[in-house]
Amino acid sequence: MRVHAKRAGALLGGLMFPAWSQADWTLNMRPGVTGISNDIFSLHMTILWICVAIGIVVFGVMFWSIFAHRKSQGHKASNFHENTVVEILWTIIPFVILVIMAIPATATLINMYDTTEPDVNIRITGYQWKWQYQYVDDNFGYFSNLATPPDQISNREDKGEHYLLEVDNPLIVPVGKKIRFLVTSNDVIHSWWVPEFGVKKDAIPGYINETWAKVDEPGIYRGQCTELCGKNHGFMPIVVKAVPQPEYAAWVSDQKAAAEKERELTQKDWTMEELMARGEKVYQTTCAACHQPDGSGSPPAFPALNGSPIATGDQAGHINVVFNGRAGTAMQAFGKQLSEVDLAAVITYERNAWGNKKGDMVTPKQILDYKKKQQ
Amino acid sequence: MSAVADTHTQEHHHGPARGFTRWLLTTNHKDIGTMYLVFSFTMFLLGGSMAMVIRAELFQPGLQIVQPEFFNQMTTMHGLIMVFGAVMPAFVGLANWMIPMMIGAPDMALPRMNNWSFWLLPCAFLILVSTLFMKGGAPNFGWTFYAPLSTTYGPPSTTFFIFAIHMMGISSIMGAINVIATILNLRAPGMTLMKMPLFVWTWLITAFLLIAVMPVLAGVVTMMLMDINFGTSFFDASGGGDPVLFQHVFWFFGHPEVYIMILPAFGAVSHIIPAFSRKPLFGYASMVYAVGAIALLSFVVWAHHMFTVGIPIAGQLFFMYATMLIAVPTGVKVFNWVATMFRGSLSFETPMLFAVAFVILFTIGGFSGLMLAIAPSDFQYHDTYFVVAHFHYVLVPGAIFGIFASAYFWLPKWTGHMYDETLGKTHFWLSFIGMNLAFFPMHFLGLAGMPRRIPDYALQFADFNMVSSIGAFTFGATQLLFLFIVIKCIRGGKEAPAKPWEGAEGLEWTLPSPAPYHTFATPPEVK
Amino acid sequence: MATNQTYYVPEQSKWPIIATVGLGLTLFGLASILVNGSQGESTTIPWTLFFLGALIMAYMLFGWFGNVIRESRAGLYSPQMDRSFRWGMSWFIFSEVMFFAAFFGALFYVRTFAVPWLGGEGDRGSSAMLWDGFQATWPLTQNPDPSAYPGPKEVIGPWGLPLINTILLVSSSFTVTVAHHGLKAGNRQKVKLWLAATIVLGLSFLTLQAFEYHHAYAELDLTLSSGIYGSTFFMLTGFHGAHVTLGCLMLIIMLVRIFKGHFSADNHFGFEAASWYWHFVDVVWLGLFVFVYIL
Repeated sequence: MRVHAKRAGALLGGLMFPAWSQADWTLNMRPGVTGISNDIFSLHMTILWICVAIGIVVFGVMFWSIFAHRKSQGHKASNFHENTVVEILWTIIPFVILVIMAIPATATLINMYDTTEPDVNIRITGYQWKWQYQYVDDNFGYFSNLATPPDQISNREDKGEHYLLEVDNPLIVPVGKKIRFLVTSNDVIHSWWVPEFGVKKDAIPGYINETWAKVDEPGIYRGQCTELCGKNHGFMPIVVKAVPQPEYAAWVSDQKAAAEKERELTQKDWTMEELMARGEKVYQTTCAACHQPDGSGSPPAFPALNGSPIATGDQAGHINVVFNGRAGTAMQAFGKQLSEVDLAAVITYERNAWGNKKGDMVTPKQILDYKKKQQ
Repeated sequence: MSAVADTHTQEHHHGPARGFTRWLLTTNHKDIGTMYLVFSFTMFLLGGSMAMVIRAELFQPGLQIVQPEFFNQMTTMHGLIMVFGAVMPAFVGLANWMIPMMIGAPDMALPRMNNWSFWLLPCAFLILVSTLFMKGGAPNFGWTFYAPLSTTYGPPSTTFFIFAIHMMGISSIMGAINVIATILNLRAPGMTLMKMPLFVWTWLITAFLLIAVMPVLAGVVTMMLMDINFGTSFFDASGGGDPVLFQHVFWFFGHPEVYIMILPAFGAVSHIIPAFSRKPLFGYASMVYAVGAIALLSFVVWAHHMFTVGIPIAGQLFFMYATMLIAVPTGVKVFNWVATMFRGSLSFETPMLFAVAFVILFTIGGFSGLMLAIAPSDFQYHDTYFVVAHFHYVLVPGAIFGIFASAYFWLPKWTGHMYDETLGKTHFWLSFIGMNLAFFPMHFLGLAGMPRRIPDYALQFADFNMVSSIGAFTFGATQLLFLFIVIKCIRGGKEAPAKPWEGAEGLEWTLPSPAPYHTFATPPEVK
Repeated sequence: MATNQTYYVPEQSKWPIIATVGLGLTLFGLASILVNGSQGESTTIPWTLFFLGALIMAYMLFGWFGNVIRESRAGLYSPQMDRSFRWGMSWFIFSEVMFFAAFFGALFYVRTFAVPWLGGEGDRGSSAMLWDGFQATWPLTQNPDPSAYPGPKEVIGPWGLPLINTILLVSSSFTVTVAHHGLKAGNRQKVKLWLAATIVLGLSFLTLQAFEYHHAYAELDLTLSSGIYGSTFFMLTGFHGAHVTLGCLMLIIMLVRIFKGHFSADNHFGFEAASWYWHFVDVVWLGLFVFVYIL
């Protein structure tokens, strides 16, 4: 299959850009690393070649006429204007080709829809503008944010190899297992696409769409959100790392332990410095995209936090805004997105960073209490 | 009664009123056609300059010129303006000018309503464009305005956008009613349906599509309006609605809309190719049936725009099969055009160049359409640049080249002068090269994995994006040449005879050039 | 030969441009009212624009239709013109049918697909994971997220007011037909009587509908924002009610014209158009009665 792809690519490339065909100009779809993505690839190549063949015949006749039947060549026009046999033929032949094409397409589609008997279940939730991955069977999860530094995007720094296609926490999956993805969204419609898996599914708020993949080869696979979801639609990539089963099992138990530890951290007594250090990290990944790294915001949509009445006001009001968001604005509810520790840290950070020198701190326990009151 | 009839005949002898009121108050189909065409070209330039902003930002990776927020406004407005402001009004303009002259009618059936249909458009677009200057900016959710990005998460200007769409809808519906009434009721004696010129046939079917689907668009934007302002939950799952419902209703409008933008071009090309092949159109009857079949099928394929939203497998299969079927009648049309050229006596004036390019490039767009119809593959193509390439291939060399071909073909009839052939050919070749350079690489970008509607992209997409931007700038700049050619042609040039094209057929060529202000006050007899 | 009569092409007309200005102002005003209102800003200027636009529209309607009526009575219109009007009105009604089709489509989709999915049935049934304790029922009285959209206590049953309304509208379709027969027979007394009866039936329908809405809002908590049941219910019945209002206005104008001696036994398309429209709103109601109230 891969040979097929390369040959096709080289052929097309050679035809169109003879001088450049050595350069890295990707022309074609890649076959990918799942059974389905390979099926899709062969459907793609079949239909492409059918189109090329029809194109050669039709355009061949046309160019022949353009070449040979010109008035300037003295060609006299015939007067025929219908031929029932020909007209029936060129209705029926395309129809037959389509029927032949529909058979493998149907088989592949049915296979793609078969999400039964999964080995691993992962719930994927789209947020403006990041992905959340929850390992339903093992009861832990995390967010996956763009990791490209803002300076690269604004051209103040050279762009890295995986510019815009890198995240802080990739999705980890085991190879050789059937993974069922439960795709949904928290706000607007997103779409989760990993080309190498042949998986693209829209994340619809309030609904869950199912899809699945069984990855054959370990490796890192990159994709992007493919449904316009607002300002940073172009900045919410997907990175999946497929690892062998033992490595996956070890990672899962680490994650479970870490999740447990996180829960313990809530009970710990935090110092101001610890909270500020952690808060800065959370701020940069979660808040800085809108409110800017220096808290200056970009009004009116995204107000400045530096000197804002909320960040320098009473704690309850501040917690409320971060926890529940602001209805009718771009401010989201972070109460369910961040852990108690992260919420406490980021709120403490906002109250004490830049010109905000409140000097007070919000502890994870306070957040926990707040959470209980909310319910 | 006779007194009335007398004043009535007199009316037809005097020419247009003077000054601005001629255009403001006119009931004349030629005046209104002209206004539609001028408006359409203005919108084409406006929407085009937005495309230039988009291509300039995408020239290189990284954010250079505009912020993502504004970029999204540009893609949205570019789409809306091109679809509703440039392509549709251009075809209505051609219909206004040509249908009465082609069927031997004195004017459109309902001339005052015709004027209203036109003037609603500038008003609607004034509102739409003014949103750019409103607080929160213009609509930024793509021309398909999917909920809830366009409802709960939309900017305040969305409400203005909704009313602008309502006005465009009213305009289109009235325009379409006028076209249908004209065609069904005002044909010259002897012109049976199966003797009608193909442009008239395609417009009859287009008008039917418009009346059938514009109200559905009105319905869906009304539901948006209610969700935004009156607390309903059509597109909100927490109240029992479904964001996907929006897409179903939208695409029930949207797919026929695609054919609304291409069928009249099919019709025009079916006049131009025979004219310059000096040979009758091959398979007139099958052309008519093919257009009818395409129109009917267009009502049952809408969900092929939504293969990835999670519709049940049965629906998925149904929409895949129905979509693939459309290739059959479309193929018939292409084969017919080629058969018309085959063994003709061909010459390549500008209209013919655009028409031949139309057939070739539209067919390429059709091929990628067929690829997109294969649902499993569509999972890889959907919402990538492959789709962008596909619909620009059917709309730019399809709809727009069709409009250019028609404009060059009929300019002598409209102005009484021949256009400058050398400049016309230059316009064609630059457009042809620019357009292919701009849109062909997008196929590769899509297949390599570049999503659409993103202001910045990964490094492996850089080369083709640069090529594409260069092509787009070429294409964009070239269109100013068209403006120059048309102005030059209006102001002077070689006198055009009644029938400037040797092989052209039809009633419109029996009229002098330029066509008098009132034509066919008494209907001609068609044998 | 009807087709050989000269077709009347009016000279310049000021009405279309007035109509454009009127509609533009009305809609721009309305949008500004909604947007400013939601942002807590002043809506004085938007309301002014809205009313100004509405006034201009009213002036335009009187003027434009007045023009057409005068031309028609002056005998300028040939039978061919009459056919243009007929085609125009038929296709206009078809466009209205499609407008309602969008809302009926939404209703069918929600009932057949969306609500069952949210409740855990069918292809996207796993969506139920997101909505703890949600039961798919129709009428939907308990929404997936009751805190965002509190459901109605109860919905309106078909066999009370809606049944009476059905009887009113069906009989009004009958009375308007009788009036039409009277007009064709040249019996103007009959026309006046039966047309007036039709209008009374139409207005009674609207009055009962207003009672029903009041009942829904005040006692049942069935509102536009009580979830998808309320949304579809008010959207369908509301737009239908607006069309009945328009139909009533048309019929009233026809009655006035009858009293002024307009129309003849064989030339009365204005009357026919109004009655077509009236039959159309009647048929839509039957659809509503079956799909919104009964099923």
